[in-house]
Amino acid sequence: MGLAARQAEAAGIPALCMSSALDITRSVNPPRAAFLDFPLGHTTGKANEPGLQRAIMLEALDAFTSLREPGQVKLLPFRWDEDDSWKRAMERSDARLPRVGTPQYQCDEDRALAEGAREGSCPVCGVEEA
Amino acid sequence: MAVGLFPGARRGRLLAVERGKRVLSGVVEPIAYIQRLTRMYEHLGYPAYQWVRNDDRPPFVPLSKPLAECRLGLIASGGIYAAGQVAFHFKDDTSIRAIPREAPIASLRTAHFAYDQADARADPNCVFPLGTLRGLVAEGVLGELASHAYTFMGGIYSARRVQEEVAPALVQRLIDERVDIALLVPV
Repeated sequence: MGLAARQAEAAGIPALCMSSALDITRSVNPPRAAFLDFPLGHTTGKANEPGLQRAIMLEALDAFTSLREPGQVKLLPFRWDEDDSWKRAMERSDARLPRVGTPQYQCDEDRALAEGAREGSCPVCGVEEA
Repeated sequence: MAVGLFPGARRGRLLAVERGKRVLSGVVEPIAYIQRLTRMYEHLGYPAYQWVRNDDRPPFVPLSKPLAECRLGLIASGGIYAAGQVAFHFKDDTSIRAIPREAPIASLRTAHFAYDQADARADPNCVFPLGTLRGLVAEGVLGELASHAYTFMGGIYSARRVQEEVAPALVQRLIDERVDIALLVPV
């Protein structure tokens, strides 16, 4: 994602990268970033906590004006839990799924909807308008 | 697993500047994903993964107007699609979905191989802050959103394909949408 941010910025569009992985973000070195030290799958907050999501987004958007040098990362002042125990739990698990080459629908109804809508066209190429 | 926000967490946990980069005073350091994933790929017998490393000064343009007047383009890589669209597959899927800015949150889905999707499926705003951003537009914090947000799967093994195919396609959409700023949300 940092690569897209760099290309956007090169095209004249200020771009802010959110991040859950500080080392990867620093390595890719996007124009500006906001790091939230939450587990993967929570780049912009916790589920069903709109107040927290809003507070996180406000702190992140602030980076558009507060970061004035290229390559800076704003560390967002939120913690997932009191003692970071989620990080120890993560060391013992990995939730990766096999890299299969067919569309992986969240539910069967989605498959029926999509296949009904797109009969005869390539299901995985290009942009799809909703 | 999720507990409430740690009470002290919003009160200045940012420490001073170290070589121009601020340092976090967490209990445990941020996870070393590069080391962790490199080991995992080795274990799986994949060819050595080439992490993107840019040591140059990245391009940088300051904002041309206040956030409250900006048109924002949202790009997310959490495998988000809307019901009715084709889901992503997990083998270097470089395709892009366009999600209308007014899409009901309940119509959003995820298809991704590399993170636990339970929370994102319960509330897509965890990884795709469309609802959050709509709220900030309504509050006047942001000017407006682009007509569509653009999503992809992200777990693309070749950095070259991201650099030469996916990223330019996304940037072209930002240009076509005439956005003033872009918010990029990976997983």
